[in-house]
Amino acid sequence: MSKVTLAKALNAGLRTAMEQDDKVVLMGEDVGRLGGVFRITDGLQKDFGERRVMDSPLAESGIVGTAIGMAMRGYRPVVEIQFDGFVYPAYDQIVTQLAKMSYRSQGKVRLPVVIRIPFGGGIGAVEHHSESPEAQFAHTPGLKVVACSNPVDGYWMIQQAIACDDPVIFLEPKRQYHGDKAELDLDATPDPLFTSTVVRRGDDVTLVAYGPMVRTALAVAEAAVADGRSVEVVDLRSLSPLDLGPVVESARRTGRVVVAHEAHVNLGMGAEVAARVTEECFFSLEAPVLRVGGFDTPYPAARNEHHFLPDLDRVVDTVDRAFTF
Amino acid sequence: MTILTGAPTAHESAGCEPDYVQLLTPEGQRVEHDDYHFDGDDDLVRTFYRDMVLARRVDTEATALQRHGELGIWAQLLGQEAAQIGAGHGSRPQDFIFPTYREHGVALVRGLDPGRLLGLFRGVDHGGWDPAEHNFGLYTIVIGAQTLHATGYAMGLSADGLVGSGDVTRDACTIAHFGDGASSQGDVMESFVFAATYDAPVVFFCQNNQWAISAPIERQSRTPLHWRAPAFGFPGVRVDGNDVLATYAVTRAATDRARAGEGPTLIEAYTYRMGAHTTTDDPTRYRSGADVDAWRRKDPIARVLAYLRSRDAVDDAFVAALEAEADDLGADLRHRCRTMPDPSPLAMFDHVYAEASPEVEAQREGYAAYLAQFELTGAEGDR
Ligand SMILES: Cc1ncc(C[n+]2csc(CCOP(=O)(O)OP(=O)(O)O)c2C)c(N)n1
Repeated sequence: MSKVTLAKALNAGLRTAMEQDDKVVLMGEDVGRLGGVFRITDGLQKDFGERRVMDSPLAESGIVGTAIGMAMRGYRPVVEIQFDGFVYPAYDQIVTQLAKMSYRSQGKVRLPVVIRIPFGGGIGAVEHHSESPEAQFAHTPGLKVVACSNPVDGYWMIQQAIACDDPVIFLEPKRQYHGDKAELDLDATPDPLFTSTVVRRGDDVTLVAYGPMVRTALAVAEAAVADGRSVEVVDLRSLSPLDLGPVVESARRTGRVVVAHEAHVNLGMGAEVAARVTEECFFSLEAPVLRVGGFDTPYPAARNEHHFLPDLDRVVDTVDRAFTF
Repeated sequence: MTILTGAPTAHESAGCEPDYVQLLTPEGQRVEHDDYHFDGDDDLVRTFYRDMVLARRVDTEATALQRHGELGIWAQLLGQEAAQIGAGHGSRPQDFIFPTYREHGVALVRGLDPGRLLGLFRGVDHGGWDPAEHNFGLYTIVIGAQTLHATGYAMGLSADGLVGSGDVTRDACTIAHFGDGASSQGDVMESFVFAATYDAPVVFFCQNNQWAISAPIERQSRTPLHWRAPAFGFPGVRVDGNDVLATYAVTRAATDRARAGEGPTLIEAYTYRMGAHTTTDDPTRYRSGADVDAWRRKDPIARVLAYLRSRDAVDDAFVAALEAEADDLGADLRHRCRTMPDPSPLAMFDHVYAEASPEVEAQREGYAAYLAQFELTGAEGDR
């Protein structure tokens, strides 16, 4: 396959999953005829029909709630939430029902539901279109939460999420949908879904990121070369379960860890990484684990989002700070 | 007694007119209705006409500004002017309006400076106006959320004894605007439940413009939306949303009823979204041009002008003067949009809480120091 964008890769991944298992159905607002507002499901209704690619009424609680019922009936629904800020009407169904059915039924009910959420900022949108709600879901036992950061992962991870028998919150960095293209090797063996990976080797500091921030982290590593610093970048990919093996291994070597994410810093994913890395490798650390992320304010108006989102400079600044202890 | 069969309503697709309150035909002829009457004079109709022309101009200018990159996005009202201007004038100043993100016409009637609407779409703020100033709430993007606020506010009006006194300058109600797509949201159903059981003075004003982005009304409902109201225990009425006399009369009747303490009403203004959903949408992917053409012949502004002309209530000079006024409004809007300053970076730390939070304050100070360090490097670089 030629080089593809994340949007095209996700589309191809959904298509493959639907070809391989006719129980896979897509549900969501505008996913059919329009192909989704980001065109991730483009052409799928045309090829698989209206029973498998369903344009939903405008009701998120309804979409997730009915997906739960369909899953109980043996289907594997893949739900699209149009934008991150619109997942909250479905929050009740996700947190009180989807997340807990396996537990409540002592494992007798499985809910292989994937909830795709275009998340994060940087596209100049109006309010409620740029949020990073991952910590709210990662804090909920019973849900698995993953975030892809590039087309290759997008293609494989969406298929793996659909194949997973647990509910998966699948976060897609919307500002990268049409960004960097990558070569897709359809014969490759992908990493298991719930693992993190080192995406750039380095020796002096470990920079942990996921979703849209991975690209920034890689740019930081590139820029750091000029300062004579070698930055290792870890893409978490899976936020729940959190695979900290590669981070811990890396931290033991570098002695310094910085976590970057777009979400608000307080009580965010970075706090969890910091606590656990500190526990695991306290005596290897040269500095406290530092976090850089969105401020603890609501997502600001678009013309200020470049201040809110951690950019190259702000991450570099935090990396520099890790060397001041 | 009418038996509601729940059968699908084929009227939209069959092309026949739905059963609705109409007081002015698409050709501009006055017709009477058994239950609803327009009691205004030519002056009021001229005001409607003027407001619709200005609302359309705000919309076309904002659309153009978006095309020129001055606005990030714009939600067009084209085709929905009569629904909005009629509803706007159908309320009284003490009534509180809860809009969606498309109520530019209602905002205009309410006296909100149209320039204030641009901030949200330009990305410099989230609206930011004081809802109490014109009794006009902030634009709400999360679909249907505001219907509950309108109901709660209305419950507050009742609790404050502001209904049922018979004094039209004192009694008050609320109007909740929402779309046909929004009618599927749980919040909207819940607001119906609260409004009905508390007899809240709220008017639910649904602009059924037939589309929720790419989803046609058939994807939201198999029955006319106004049928829902009786099931909750209050009246529902469908009105020709392209007929400003009718939307005004129906809204006035519903708000009078609410103010009198007789409870909620659901108004379904049957109209059509002539433009795209927003400027980022491409409607040719999901709907036919034939529908759009059919609705173009029902243009809400043309029919009022035809009516006023048939009565010699406007002349060319009036029309030209209005055109000039619209030009001025457009020019002013363009200028103000282009010169609207970006917010200060530290503005994002303002108003997160009513009472300052030490954590947010610390982050503001930290970020101010961080930015200052750049200014320093910048200055050094200049030397
Ligand atoms: C809870 C929620 N879900 C999804 C969206 C995205 N969205 C914005 S407008 C819209 C369609 C709304 O249709 P309708 O209620 O008919 O109003 P219209 O825009 O046609 O005036 C959608 C799906 C949203 N804003 N809020």
